[in-house]
Amino acid sequence: MDITINKQMVQKDKKNQEFTPVFNINNLNLWYGQDHALKDIKFDIPEKQVTAIIGPSGCGKSTFIKTLNRMVEMVPIVRMSGEIVYRDKNIFDPKYGVEELRTQVGMVFQKPNPFPKSIYDNVAYGPRIHGIKNKKVLDEVVEKSLRGAAIWDEVKDRLNENAYGLSGGQQQRLCIARCLAIEPDVILMDEPTSALDPISTLKVEELVQELKKDYSIVIVTHNMQQAARISDRTAFFLNGEVVEYTDTSTLFSNPSDKRTEDYITGRFG
Amino acid sequence: MSRDKSNQKSIRSMIQEKKSSRSQSAVMEKVVPKIFLICAIISIFTTLGIVFTLLTETFTFFSRVSIVEFITNTRWFPFTSDENADYGILALVMGTLTVTAIAMVVAIPVGLAAAIYLSEYASAKTRKVIKPILEVLAGVPTIVYGFFALTFVTPLLDKIIPGGISIFNALSPGIVVGIMIIPMIASLSEDAMNAVPNSMREGAMALGATRFEVAIKVVLPAALSGVIASFVLGISRAIGETMIVTIAGGSRPTADINVTESIQTMTAYIVQVSQGDTGFGTTIYYSIYAVGMTLFLFTLIMNLLAQFISRKFREEY
Repeated sequence: MDITINKQMVQKDKKNQEFTPVFNINNLNLWYGQDHALKDIKFDIPEKQVTAIIGPSGCGKSTFIKTLNRMVEMVPIVRMSGEIVYRDKNIFDPKYGVEELRTQVGMVFQKPNPFPKSIYDNVAYGPRIHGIKNKKVLDEVVEKSLRGAAIWDEVKDRLNENAYGLSGGQQQRLCIARCLAIEPDVILMDEPTSALDPISTLKVEELVQELKKDYSIVIVTHNMQQAARISDRTAFFLNGEVVEYTDTSTLFSNPSDKRTEDYITGRFG
Repeated sequence: MSRDKSNQKSIRSMIQEKKSSRSQSAVMEKVVPKIFLICAIISIFTTLGIVFTLLTETFTFFSRVSIVEFITNTRWFPFTSDENADYGILALVMGTLTVTAIAMVVAIPVGLAAAIYLSEYASAKTRKVIKPILEVLAGVPTIVYGFFALTFVTPLLDKIIPGGISIFNALSPGIVVGIMIIPMIASLSEDAMNAVPNSMREGAMALGATRFEVAIKVVLPAALSGVIASFVLGISRAIGETMIVTIAGGSRPTADINVTESIQTMTAYIVQVSQGDTGFGTTIYYSIYAVGMTLFLFTLIMNLLAQFISRKFREEY
Protein backbone atom coordinates (compact mmCIF):
# COMPACT_ATOMS: atom_id res chain seq x y z
CA MET A 1 0.00 0.00 0.00
CA ASP A 2 1.11 3.52 -0.82
CA ILE A 3 2.72 5.34 2.07
CA THR A 4 0.99 8.65 1.39
CA ILE A 5 -2.38 6.96 1.45
CA ASN A 6 -1.49 5.30 4.67
CA LYS A 7 -0.67 8.65 6.21
CA GLN A 8 -3.90 10.16 5.04
CA MET A 9 -5.78 7.21 6.42
CA VAL A 10 -4.12 7.50 9.78
CA GLN A 11 -4.92 11.18 9.92
CA LYS A 12 -8.50 10.62 8.95
CA ASP A 13 -8.80 7.84 11.41
CA LYS A 14 -7.38 9.97 14.16
CA LYS A 15 -9.92 12.61 13.38
CA ASN A 16 -12.85 10.24 13.47
CA GLN A 17 -11.65 7.54 15.72
CA GLU A 18 -13.41 8.10 18.95
CA PHE A 19 -14.74 4.61 19.33
CA THR A 20 -14.07 1.55 21.42
CA PRO A 21 -12.85 -1.18 19.09
CA VAL A 22 -14.20 -4.74 19.33
CA PHE A 23 -11.70 -6.05 16.82
CA ASN A 24 -8.13 -4.90 16.25
CA ILE A 25 -6.75 -6.45 13.10
CA ASN A 26 -2.97 -6.30 12.81
CA ASN A 27 -0.97 -7.27 9.71
CA LEU A 28 -3.38 -10.00 8.74
CA ASN A 29 -2.23 -12.05 5.76
CA LEU A 30 -4.09 -15.00 4.32
CA TRP A 31 -3.28 -17.43 1.56
CA TYR A 32 -5.38 -20.04 -0.21
CA GLY A 33 -2.57 -22.34 -1.28
CA GLN A 34 -0.33 -19.99 -3.29
CA ASP A 35 -3.01 -17.37 -3.73
CA HIS A 36 -2.36 -14.35 -1.48
CA ALA A 37 -5.96 -13.41 -0.70
CA LEU A 38 -5.53 -10.90 2.14
CA LYS A 39 -2.50 -8.60 2.32
CA ASP A 40 -1.41 -6.81 5.48
CA ILE A 41 -4.89 -5.93 6.63
CA LYS A 42 -4.79 -3.50 9.52
CA PHE A 43 -7.77 -1.72 10.98
CA ASP A 44 -10.08 -1.54 13.94
CA ILE A 45 -13.78 -2.35 14.03
CA PRO A 46 -15.90 -0.16 16.31
CA GLU A 47 -18.32 -1.28 18.97
CA LYS A 48 -22.06 -0.83 18.42
CA GLN A 49 -21.69 0.59 14.96
CA VAL A 50 -22.21 -0.83 11.51
CA THR A 51 -19.01 -1.38 9.58
CA ALA A 52 -19.50 -2.05 5.89
CA ILE A 53 -16.97 -3.84 3.72
CA ILE A 54 -17.26 -3.05 0.03
CA GLY A 55 -15.24 -3.98 -3.02
CA PRO A 56 -15.48 -5.81 -6.34
CA SER A 57 -15.90 -9.58 -6.58
CA GLY A 58 -12.82 -11.51 -5.54
CA CYS A 59 -11.32 -8.66 -3.54
CA GLY A 60 -11.26 -10.72 -0.34
CA LYS A 61 -14.15 -9.12 1.50
CA SER A 62 -15.96 -12.42 2.20
CA THR A 63 -12.68 -14.09 3.12
CA PHE A 64 -11.97 -11.25 5.52
CA ILE A 65 -15.29 -11.42 7.33
CA LYS A 66 -14.95 -15.18 7.66
CA THR A 67 -11.58 -14.82 9.38
CA LEU A 68 -13.25 -12.81 12.12
CA ASN A 69 -15.03 -15.93 13.42
CA ARG A 70 -12.49 -18.33 11.91
CA MET A 71 -15.05 -19.89 9.57
CA VAL A 72 -12.44 -19.46 6.83
CA GLU A 73 -10.57 -22.39 8.36
CA MET A 74 -13.16 -24.76 6.92
CA VAL A 75 -11.19 -24.41 3.68
CA PRO A 76 -8.41 -26.99 4.16
CA ILE A 77 -5.66 -25.17 2.23
CA VAL A 78 -5.88 -21.87 4.07
CA ARG A 79 -2.84 -20.31 5.82
CA MET A 80 -2.77 -17.15 7.91
CA SER A 81 -0.34 -14.82 9.64
CA GLY A 82 -0.78 -11.71 11.78
CA GLU A 83 -3.28 -11.28 14.54
CA ILE A 84 -6.89 -10.44 15.16
CA VAL A 85 -7.57 -9.20 18.66
CA TYR A 86 -11.14 -9.53 19.84
CA ARG A 87 -11.67 -7.66 23.11
CA ASP A 88 -8.06 -8.06 24.23
CA LYS A 89 -7.81 -11.72 23.20
CA ASN A 90 -5.99 -12.99 20.13
CA ILE A 91 -8.55 -15.20 18.39
CA PHE A 92 -5.80 -17.45 16.99
CA ASP A 93 -4.55 -18.23 20.52
CA PRO A 94 -5.02 -22.00 20.91
CA LYS A 95 -6.26 -21.43 24.44
CA TYR A 96 -9.15 -19.37 23.09
CA GLY A 97 -11.49 -22.00 21.68
CA VAL A 98 -13.06 -21.49 18.30
CA GLU A 99 -16.49 -22.47 19.64
CA GLU A 100 -16.22 -19.83 22.35
CA LEU A 101 -15.30 -17.22 19.74
CA ARG A 102 -18.25 -18.15 17.54
CA THR A 103 -20.58 -17.93 20.52
CA GLN A 104 -19.52 -14.29 20.89
CA VAL A 105 -19.26 -13.52 17.18
CA GLY A 106 -22.36 -14.67 15.32
CA MET A 107 -22.78 -14.85 11.58
CA VAL A 108 -25.52 -14.46 8.97
CA PHE A 109 -24.78 -15.94 5.57
CA GLN A 110 -25.31 -14.89 2.00
CA LYS A 111 -27.94 -17.52 1.31
CA PRO A 112 -30.50 -18.12 4.06
CA ASN A 113 -29.53 -21.43 5.66
CA PRO A 114 -32.15 -22.41 8.22
CA PHE A 115 -32.05 -25.97 9.53
CA PRO A 116 -34.76 -28.29 8.18
CA LYS A 117 -36.56 -28.08 11.50
CA SER A 118 -39.45 -26.09 12.90
CA ILE A 119 -39.13 -22.33 13.24
CA TYR A 120 -39.03 -22.76 17.02
CA ASP A 121 -36.28 -25.39 16.91
CA ASN A 122 -34.22 -23.25 14.56
CA VAL A 123 -34.11 -20.38 17.03
CA ALA A 124 -33.75 -22.65 20.06
CA TYR A 125 -30.87 -24.58 18.47
CA GLY A 126 -28.13 -22.21 19.67
CA PRO A 127 -29.28 -21.97 23.30
CA ARG A 128 -29.83 -25.74 23.37
CA ILE A 129 -26.32 -26.67 22.28
CA HIS A 130 -25.02 -24.31 24.91
CA GLY A 131 -26.89 -26.28 27.55
CA ILE A 132 -30.13 -24.32 28.03
CA LYS A 133 -32.89 -26.91 28.30
CA ASN A 134 -35.55 -25.17 30.41
CA LYS A 135 -38.71 -24.94 28.29
CA LYS A 136 -39.82 -21.65 29.80
CA VAL A 137 -36.46 -19.99 29.25
CA LEU A 138 -36.35 -21.29 25.67
CA ASP A 139 -39.87 -19.99 24.96
CA GLU A 140 -38.80 -16.56 26.10
CA VAL A 141 -35.57 -16.64 24.11
CA VAL A 142 -37.41 -17.71 20.96
CA GLU A 143 -39.99 -14.95 21.24
CA LYS A 144 -37.42 -12.30 22.11
CA SER A 145 -35.13 -13.30 19.25
CA LEU A 146 -37.92 -13.46 16.69
CA ARG A 147 -39.15 -10.05 17.84
CA GLY A 148 -35.58 -8.78 17.65
CA ALA A 149 -35.37 -9.97 14.08
CA ALA A 150 -38.71 -8.31 13.24
CA ILE A 151 -40.36 -11.55 12.19
CA TRP A 152 -42.37 -12.47 15.30
CA ASP A 153 -45.71 -11.17 14.01
CA GLU A 154 -45.35 -13.15 10.80
CA VAL A 155 -44.52 -16.49 12.43
CA LYS A 156 -45.97 -16.45 15.94
CA ASP A 157 -48.89 -18.71 14.92
CA ARG A 158 -46.77 -21.22 13.05
CA LEU A 159 -43.74 -21.78 15.28
CA ASN A 160 -43.96 -25.53 14.82
CA GLU A 161 -43.97 -25.43 11.05
CA ASN A 162 -40.89 -26.22 8.99
CA ALA A 163 -38.68 -23.20 8.39
CA TYR A 164 -38.46 -24.07 4.71
CA GLY A 165 -42.08 -23.04 4.28
CA LEU A 166 -41.06 -19.42 4.81
CA SER A 167 -40.17 -17.02 2.00
CA GLY A 168 -36.51 -16.24 1.31
CA GLY A 169 -36.69 -12.91 3.12
CA GLN A 170 -38.41 -14.48 6.12
CA GLN A 171 -35.83 -17.28 6.17
CA GLN A 172 -33.04 -14.73 6.28
CA ARG A 173 -34.66 -12.88 9.21
CA LEU A 174 -35.17 -16.25 10.90
CA CYS A 175 -31.43 -16.85 10.49
CA ILE A 176 -30.80 -13.47 12.10
CA ALA A 177 -33.14 -14.48 14.95
CA ARG A 178 -31.23 -17.75 15.30
CA CYS A 179 -28.05 -15.73 15.59
CA LEU A 180 -29.58 -13.34 18.17
CA ALA A 181 -30.80 -16.22 20.34
CA ILE A 182 -27.36 -16.81 21.84
CA GLU A 183 -26.97 -13.06 22.44
CA PRO A 184 -23.66 -12.55 20.67
CA ASP A 185 -21.52 -9.46 20.96
CA VAL A 186 -20.75 -9.04 17.27
CA ILE A 187 -22.83 -10.04 14.25
CA LEU A 188 -21.07 -10.70 10.96
CA MET A 189 -23.24 -10.47 7.85
CA ASP A 190 -21.90 -11.81 4.57
CA GLU A 191 -23.97 -10.17 1.82
CA PRO A 192 -27.15 -10.93 3.77
CA THR A 193 -29.51 -9.38 1.20
CA SER A 194 -27.95 -10.53 -2.06
CA ALA A 195 -30.45 -13.39 -2.42
CA LEU A 196 -33.46 -11.28 -1.39
CA ASP A 197 -36.04 -9.17 -3.20
CA PRO A 198 -36.08 -5.35 -2.67
CA ILE A 199 -38.79 -5.34 0.00
CA SER A 200 -37.12 -8.08 2.04
CA THR A 201 -33.84 -6.22 1.58
CA LEU A 202 -35.41 -3.06 2.99
CA LYS A 203 -36.68 -5.00 6.01
CA VAL A 204 -33.26 -6.46 6.71
CA GLU A 205 -31.65 -3.04 6.33
CA GLU A 206 -34.10 -1.51 8.81
CA LEU A 207 -33.38 -4.37 11.13
CA VAL A 208 -29.64 -3.72 10.97
CA GLN A 209 -30.31 -0.14 12.07
CA GLU A 210 -32.26 -1.45 15.05
CA LEU A 211 -29.70 -4.08 15.95
CA LYS A 212 -26.73 -1.73 16.12
CA LYS A 213 -28.08 -0.34 19.39
CA ASP A 214 -27.13 -3.60 21.05
CA TYR A 215 -24.67 -5.26 18.71
CA SER A 216 -21.53 -4.46 16.77
CA ILE A 217 -22.20 -5.32 13.13
CA VAL A 218 -19.83 -6.03 10.27
CA ILE A 219 -21.56 -6.31 6.93
CA VAL A 220 -20.09 -7.33 3.59
CA THR A 221 -22.02 -5.95 0.67
CA HIS A 222 -21.49 -5.54 -3.05
CA ASN A 223 -24.22 -2.93 -3.06
CA MET A 224 -22.66 0.50 -2.49
CA GLN A 225 -25.98 2.22 -1.93
CA GLN A 226 -26.66 -0.27 0.82
CA ALA A 227 -23.33 0.48 2.46
CA ALA A 228 -24.05 4.21 2.21
CA ARG A 229 -27.54 3.77 3.66
CA ILE A 230 -26.84 1.60 6.66
CA SER A 231 -23.22 1.80 7.75
CA ASP A 232 -21.31 4.15 10.00
CA ARG A 233 -17.89 3.23 8.69
CA THR A 234 -16.85 1.69 5.42
CA ALA A 235 -13.75 -0.18 4.31
CA PHE A 236 -12.99 -0.46 0.59
CA PHE A 237 -11.16 -3.65 -0.33
CA LEU A 238 -9.32 -4.18 -3.59
CA ASN A 239 -7.19 -7.19 -4.52
CA GLY A 240 -6.88 -8.29 -0.91
CA GLU A 241 -5.85 -4.88 0.42
CA VAL A 242 -7.72 -2.23 2.36
CA VAL A 243 -7.54 0.79 0.09
CA GLU A 244 -9.51 3.10 2.31
CA TYR A 245 -11.24 2.86 5.64
CA THR A 246 -13.07 5.79 7.14
CA ASP A 247 -16.50 6.95 8.15
CA THR A 248 -19.07 6.21 5.51
CA SER A 249 -20.10 9.77 4.66
CA THR A 250 -16.49 10.78 4.04
CA LEU A 251 -15.74 7.72 1.95
CA PHE A 252 -18.67 8.29 -0.35
CA SER A 253 -18.54 12.10 -0.54
CA ASN A 254 -14.85 12.77 -0.42
CA PRO A 255 -12.76 9.64 -1.05
CA SER A 256 -9.05 10.21 -0.58
CA ASP A 257 -7.89 7.48 -2.96
CA LYS A 258 -8.37 7.57 -6.72
CA ARG A 259 -9.26 3.86 -6.79
CA THR A 260 -12.02 4.34 -4.22
CA GLU A 261 -13.39 7.20 -6.24
CA ASP A 262 -13.30 5.13 -9.44
CA TYR A 263 -15.10 2.28 -7.72
CA ILE A 264 -17.84 4.26 -6.02
CA THR A 265 -18.52 6.29 -9.17
CA GLY A 266 -18.93 3.03 -11.04
CA ARG A 267 -15.85 3.15 -13.28
CA PHE A 268 -15.09 -0.49 -12.47
CA GLY A 269 -16.35 -3.33 -10.33
CA MET B 1 -13.24 -17.22 -42.15
CA SER B 2 -13.16 -16.58 -45.90
CA ARG B 3 -9.98 -18.59 -46.24
CA ASP B 4 -11.62 -21.53 -44.50
CA LYS B 5 -14.51 -21.44 -46.90
CA SER B 6 -12.29 -21.67 -49.98
CA ASN B 7 -10.53 -24.91 -49.13
CA GLN B 8 -12.95 -26.45 -46.64
CA LYS B 9 -16.68 -27.05 -46.60
CA SER B 10 -18.58 -25.16 -43.92
CA ILE B 11 -19.97 -27.07 -40.96
CA ARG B 12 -23.46 -26.15 -42.13
CA SER B 13 -23.06 -27.92 -45.48
CA MET B 14 -21.42 -30.90 -43.80
CA ILE B 15 -24.41 -31.24 -41.49
CA GLN B 16 -26.76 -30.98 -44.49
CA GLU B 17 -24.96 -33.88 -46.16
CA LYS B 18 -25.05 -36.01 -43.05
CA LYS B 19 -28.78 -35.48 -42.68
CA SER B 20 -29.56 -38.04 -45.35
CA SER B 21 -27.67 -40.74 -43.50
CA ARG B 22 -29.48 -39.80 -40.29
CA SER B 23 -32.83 -40.55 -41.90
CA GLN B 24 -31.89 -44.24 -41.82
CA SER B 25 -31.44 -43.98 -38.10
CA ALA B 26 -35.09 -42.97 -37.79
CA VAL B 27 -35.87 -46.69 -37.93
CA MET B 28 -33.49 -47.22 -35.05
CA GLU B 29 -35.21 -44.46 -33.13
CA LYS B 30 -38.45 -46.40 -33.35
CA VAL B 31 -37.13 -49.90 -32.74
CA VAL B 32 -34.69 -49.28 -29.89
CA PRO B 33 -37.29 -48.08 -27.34
CA LYS B 34 -39.35 -51.22 -28.06
CA ILE B 35 -36.35 -53.44 -27.31
CA PHE B 36 -35.79 -51.54 -24.07
CA LEU B 37 -39.46 -51.96 -23.18
CA ILE B 38 -39.22 -55.73 -23.69
CA CYS B 39 -36.21 -55.85 -21.36
CA ALA B 40 -38.19 -53.98 -18.71
CA ILE B 41 -41.18 -56.30 -19.15
CA ILE B 42 -39.01 -59.41 -18.73
CA SER B 43 -38.14 -58.42 -15.17
CA ILE B 44 -41.76 -57.66 -14.36
CA PHE B 45 -42.94 -61.01 -15.72
CA THR B 46 -40.21 -62.83 -13.82
CA THR B 47 -41.45 -61.25 -10.60
CA LEU B 48 -45.03 -62.11 -11.43
CA GLY B 49 -43.99 -65.69 -12.27
CA ILE B 50 -42.22 -66.08 -8.95
CA VAL B 51 -45.19 -64.75 -7.02
CA PHE B 52 -47.55 -67.02 -9.00
CA THR B 53 -45.46 -70.16 -8.32
CA LEU B 54 -45.16 -69.25 -4.65
CA LEU B 55 -48.89 -68.68 -4.35
CA THR B 56 -50.08 -71.89 -6.07
CA GLU B 57 -47.70 -74.16 -4.19
CA THR B 58 -48.47 -72.36 -0.94
CA PHE B 59 -52.19 -72.99 -1.50
CA THR B 60 -51.49 -76.69 -1.99
CA PHE B 61 -49.56 -76.67 1.29
CA PHE B 62 -52.42 -75.02 3.15
CA SER B 63 -54.86 -77.58 1.77
CA ARG B 64 -52.89 -80.16 3.76
CA VAL B 65 -51.84 -78.14 6.84
CA SER B 66 -54.23 -75.69 8.44
CA ILE B 67 -53.12 -72.06 8.28
CA VAL B 68 -54.05 -71.67 11.96
CA GLU B 69 -51.60 -74.40 12.94
CA PHE B 70 -48.98 -72.83 10.70
CA ILE B 71 -49.25 -69.52 12.53
CA THR B 72 -49.92 -70.65 16.10
CA ASN B 73 -47.88 -73.84 16.55
CA THR B 74 -44.46 -73.17 18.03
CA ARG B 75 -42.85 -76.42 16.89
CA TRP B 76 -41.42 -77.06 13.43
CA PHE B 77 -40.78 -80.76 13.04
CA PRO B 78 -41.59 -81.94 9.51
CA PHE B 79 -39.21 -84.88 9.12
CA THR B 80 -41.44 -87.57 10.51
CA SER B 81 -44.61 -89.36 9.50
CA ASP B 82 -47.23 -86.95 8.20
CA GLU B 83 -49.60 -87.36 11.15
CA ASN B 84 -46.87 -86.56 13.71
CA ALA B 85 -45.38 -83.65 11.77
CA ASP B 86 -45.44 -80.13 13.23
CA TYR B 87 -45.56 -77.13 10.95
CA GLY B 88 -45.37 -74.13 13.29
CA ILE B 89 -43.63 -71.36 11.36
CA LEU B 90 -42.95 -69.48 14.60
CA ALA B 91 -39.94 -71.72 15.31
CA LEU B 92 -38.31 -70.71 12.04
CA VAL B 93 -39.39 -67.07 12.31
CA MET B 94 -37.82 -66.82 15.76
CA GLY B 95 -34.55 -68.20 14.35
CA THR B 96 -34.59 -65.60 11.60
CA LEU B 97 -35.52 -62.76 13.92
CA THR B 98 -32.88 -63.72 16.50
CA VAL B 99 -30.13 -63.67 13.88
CA THR B 100 -31.50 -60.41 12.41
CA ALA B 101 -31.65 -58.73 15.83
CA ILE B 102 -28.07 -59.71 16.66
CA ALA B 103 -26.96 -58.57 13.21
CA MET B 104 -28.59 -55.16 13.62
CA VAL B 105 -27.13 -54.69 17.12
CA VAL B 106 -23.73 -55.09 15.46
CA ALA B 107 -24.38 -53.31 12.16
CA ILE B 108 -26.36 -50.20 13.15
CA PRO B 109 -23.95 -48.63 15.67
CA VAL B 110 -20.81 -49.56 13.74
CA GLY B 111 -22.23 -48.66 10.34
CA LEU B 112 -23.65 -45.36 11.56
CA ALA B 113 -20.44 -44.40 13.36
CA ALA B 114 -18.46 -45.20 10.21
CA ALA B 115 -20.87 -43.09 8.14
CA ILE B 116 -20.57 -40.14 10.53
CA TYR B 117 -16.80 -40.41 10.48
CA LEU B 118 -16.64 -40.55 6.69
CA SER B 119 -19.11 -37.75 6.14
CA GLU B 120 -18.20 -35.33 8.94
CA TYR B 121 -14.62 -35.96 10.03
CA ALA B 122 -12.62 -37.68 7.30
CA SER B 123 -10.66 -35.57 4.84
CA ALA B 124 -11.46 -35.98 1.18
CA LYS B 125 -8.30 -38.08 0.85
CA THR B 126 -9.19 -40.48 3.66
CA ARG B 127 -12.69 -40.89 2.29
CA LYS B 128 -11.30 -41.75 -1.13
CA VAL B 129 -9.33 -44.61 0.45
CA ILE B 130 -11.89 -45.94 2.94
CA LYS B 131 -15.05 -45.93 0.82
CA PRO B 132 -13.78 -48.33 -1.87
CA ILE B 133 -12.49 -50.68 0.85
CA LEU B 134 -15.95 -50.70 2.43
CA GLU B 135 -17.46 -51.51 -0.93
CA VAL B 136 -15.04 -54.40 -1.42
CA LEU B 137 -16.21 -55.76 1.93
CA ALA B 138 -19.75 -55.65 0.54
CA GLY B 139 -18.63 -57.72 -2.43
CA VAL B 140 -17.25 -60.70 -0.46
CA PRO B 141 -19.33 -63.81 -1.29
CA THR B 142 -21.58 -64.78 1.61
CA ILE B 143 -20.24 -68.33 1.66
CA VAL B 144 -16.87 -66.90 2.68
CA TYR B 145 -18.59 -65.08 5.53
CA GLY B 146 -20.27 -68.38 6.44
CA PHE B 147 -16.98 -70.18 6.87
CA PHE B 148 -15.58 -67.13 8.69
CA ALA B 149 -18.45 -67.52 11.18
CA LEU B 150 -18.03 -71.28 11.59
CA THR B 151 -14.24 -71.57 11.72
CA PHE B 152 -13.20 -68.28 13.30
CA VAL B 153 -16.00 -66.50 15.17
CA THR B 154 -17.63 -69.56 16.77
CA PRO B 155 -14.33 -70.92 18.28
CA LEU B 156 -13.52 -67.38 19.46
CA LEU B 157 -16.91 -67.00 21.15
CA ASP B 158 -16.47 -70.47 22.67
CA LYS B 159 -13.34 -69.20 24.43
CA ILE B 160 -14.87 -65.88 25.52
CA ILE B 161 -18.30 -66.98 26.72
CA PRO B 162 -18.23 -68.71 30.11
CA GLY B 163 -19.73 -72.16 29.72
CA GLY B 164 -18.90 -72.25 26.03
CA ILE B 165 -21.12 -72.21 23.01
CA SER B 166 -22.37 -75.01 20.81
CA ILE B 167 -20.73 -75.43 17.43
CA PHE B 168 -23.93 -74.30 15.70
CA ASN B 169 -25.56 -71.28 17.31
CA ALA B 170 -27.39 -68.03 16.60
CA LEU B 171 -24.80 -65.63 17.99
CA SER B 172 -21.93 -66.32 15.61
CA PRO B 173 -23.86 -66.07 12.32
CA GLY B 174 -25.75 -63.08 13.78
CA ILE B 175 -22.52 -61.20 14.39
CA VAL B 176 -21.14 -62.11 10.98
CA VAL B 177 -24.35 -61.14 9.14
CA GLY B 178 -24.00 -57.84 11.01
CA ILE B 179 -20.43 -57.43 9.79
CA MET B 180 -21.63 -58.17 6.28
CA ILE B 181 -24.27 -55.42 6.50
CA ILE B 182 -21.97 -52.74 7.98
CA PRO B 183 -20.69 -51.52 4.58
CA MET B 184 -24.22 -51.26 3.25
CA ILE B 185 -25.44 -49.16 6.17
CA ALA B 186 -22.24 -47.09 6.25
CA SER B 187 -22.29 -46.41 2.55
CA LEU B 188 -25.99 -45.56 2.21
CA SER B 189 -26.03 -43.46 5.39
CA GLU B 190 -22.91 -41.64 4.27
CA ASP B 191 -24.54 -40.82 0.95
CA ALA B 192 -27.54 -39.42 2.77
CA MET B 193 -25.39 -37.34 5.13
CA ASN B 194 -23.17 -36.13 2.33
CA ALA B 195 -26.23 -34.81 0.53
CA VAL B 196 -26.94 -32.39 3.40
CA PRO B 197 -25.80 -28.98 2.14
CA ASN B 198 -22.67 -27.52 3.67
CA SER B 199 -24.47 -24.24 4.37
CA MET B 200 -26.35 -26.03 7.16
CA ARG B 201 -23.12 -27.17 8.81
CA GLU B 202 -21.79 -23.63 8.53
CA GLY B 203 -24.97 -22.26 10.09
CA ALA B 204 -24.54 -24.49 13.12
CA MET B 205 -20.81 -23.93 13.43
CA ALA B 206 -21.34 -20.16 13.35
CA LEU B 207 -23.45 -20.62 16.50
CA GLY B 208 -20.50 -22.17 18.28
CA ALA B 209 -21.48 -25.81 17.74
CA THR B 210 -18.70 -28.39 17.87
CA ARG B 211 -18.24 -30.83 15.00
CA PHE B 212 -19.94 -33.54 17.03
CA GLU B 213 -22.94 -31.31 17.75
CA VAL B 214 -23.15 -30.43 14.07
CA ALA B 215 -23.08 -34.13 13.14
CA ILE B 216 -25.61 -35.32 15.73
CA LYS B 217 -28.02 -32.41 15.92
CA VAL B 218 -28.00 -31.01 12.38
CA VAL B 219 -26.63 -33.42 9.79
CA LEU B 220 -28.08 -36.65 11.19
CA PRO B 221 -31.64 -35.30 11.61
CA ALA B 222 -31.49 -33.76 8.13
CA ALA B 223 -30.36 -37.08 6.67
CA LEU B 224 -32.61 -39.20 8.89
CA SER B 225 -34.86 -40.52 6.14
CA GLY B 226 -31.90 -41.90 4.19
CA VAL B 227 -30.27 -43.25 7.34
CA ILE B 228 -33.39 -45.09 8.52
CA ALA B 229 -34.00 -46.42 5.02
CA SER B 230 -30.49 -47.88 5.12
CA PHE B 231 -31.32 -49.60 8.44
CA VAL B 232 -34.50 -51.10 7.03
CA LEU B 233 -32.73 -52.32 3.90
CA GLY B 234 -30.08 -53.81 6.21
CA ILE B 235 -32.80 -55.63 8.19
CA SER B 236 -34.30 -56.85 4.96
CA ARG B 237 -30.92 -58.16 3.86
CA ALA B 238 -30.39 -59.91 7.22
CA ILE B 239 -33.80 -61.60 7.05
CA GLY B 240 -33.07 -62.93 3.59
CA GLU B 241 -29.46 -63.95 4.32
CA THR B 242 -29.02 -67.65 3.61
CA MET B 243 -25.48 -68.98 3.34
CA ILE B 244 -24.07 -67.72 6.64
CA VAL B 245 -26.97 -69.04 8.72
CA THR B 246 -27.03 -72.36 6.86
CA ILE B 247 -23.36 -72.98 7.55
CA ALA B 248 -23.03 -71.63 11.08
CA GLY B 249 -26.59 -71.54 12.50
CA GLY B 250 -27.45 -75.20 12.61
CA SER B 251 -30.71 -76.98 11.80
CA ARG B 252 -32.73 -77.17 14.99
CA PRO B 253 -35.83 -74.96 14.69
CA THR B 254 -36.88 -73.56 18.04
CA ALA B 255 -39.14 -70.81 19.28
CA ASP B 256 -37.01 -70.37 22.40
CA ILE B 257 -34.44 -67.63 22.34
CA ASN B 258 -31.06 -68.96 23.36
CA VAL B 259 -28.32 -67.43 21.27
CA THR B 260 -25.69 -69.98 22.26
CA GLU B 261 -27.72 -72.93 20.98
CA SER B 262 -28.41 -74.24 17.50
CA ILE B 263 -31.31 -72.64 15.62
CA GLN B 264 -32.76 -72.74 12.14
CA THR B 265 -33.86 -69.80 10.04
CA MET B 266 -36.48 -69.79 7.30
CA THR B 267 -33.80 -69.56 4.63
CA ALA B 268 -31.69 -72.35 6.13
CA TYR B 269 -34.76 -74.63 6.20
CA ILE B 270 -35.40 -74.05 2.51
CA VAL B 271 -31.78 -74.94 1.75
CA GLN B 272 -32.01 -78.08 3.90
CA VAL B 273 -35.10 -79.33 2.07
CA SER B 274 -33.79 -78.37 -1.38
CA GLN B 275 -30.60 -80.33 -0.79
CA GLY B 276 -32.22 -83.38 0.73
CA ASP B 277 -33.97 -86.23 -0.99
CA THR B 278 -37.48 -85.00 -0.28
CA GLY B 279 -39.84 -86.31 -2.90
CA PHE B 280 -41.86 -84.06 -5.19
CA GLY B 281 -45.44 -83.68 -4.02
CA THR B 282 -44.81 -84.43 -0.35
CA THR B 283 -46.01 -82.01 2.32
CA ILE B 284 -42.41 -81.18 3.14
CA TYR B 285 -41.85 -80.26 -0.49
CA TYR B 286 -44.79 -77.85 -0.41
CA SER B 287 -43.75 -76.48 2.98
CA ILE B 288 -40.73 -74.74 1.49
CA TYR B 289 -43.09 -72.65 -0.63
CA ALA B 290 -45.09 -71.65 2.41
CA VAL B 291 -41.87 -70.71 4.20
CA GLY B 292 -40.70 -68.89 1.07
CA MET B 293 -43.96 -66.99 0.96
CA THR B 294 -43.56 -65.96 4.60
CA LEU B 295 -40.02 -64.80 3.87
CA PHE B 296 -41.24 -62.89 0.84
CA LEU B 297 -43.89 -61.14 2.95
CA PHE B 298 -41.29 -60.16 5.57
CA THR B 299 -38.91 -58.59 3.06
CA LEU B 300 -41.76 -56.99 1.15
CA ILE B 301 -43.05 -55.35 4.32
CA MET B 302 -39.53 -54.18 5.14
CA ASN B 303 -39.04 -52.62 1.73
CA LEU B 304 -42.43 -50.90 1.87
CA LEU B 305 -41.53 -49.70 5.36
CA ALA B 306 -38.27 -48.27 4.01
CA GLN B 307 -40.17 -46.31 1.38
CA PHE B 308 -42.76 -45.11 3.88
CA ILE B 309 -40.07 -44.00 6.34
CA SER B 310 -38.13 -42.19 3.64
CA ARG B 311 -41.20 -40.11 2.92
CA LYS B 312 -42.35 -39.68 6.50
CA PHE B 313 -39.06 -38.55 8.03
CA ARG B 314 -37.89 -36.43 5.15
CA GLU B 315 -36.81 -33.06 6.45
CA GLU B 316 -37.33 -30.87 3.42
CA TYR B 317 -34.45 -28.66 2.54
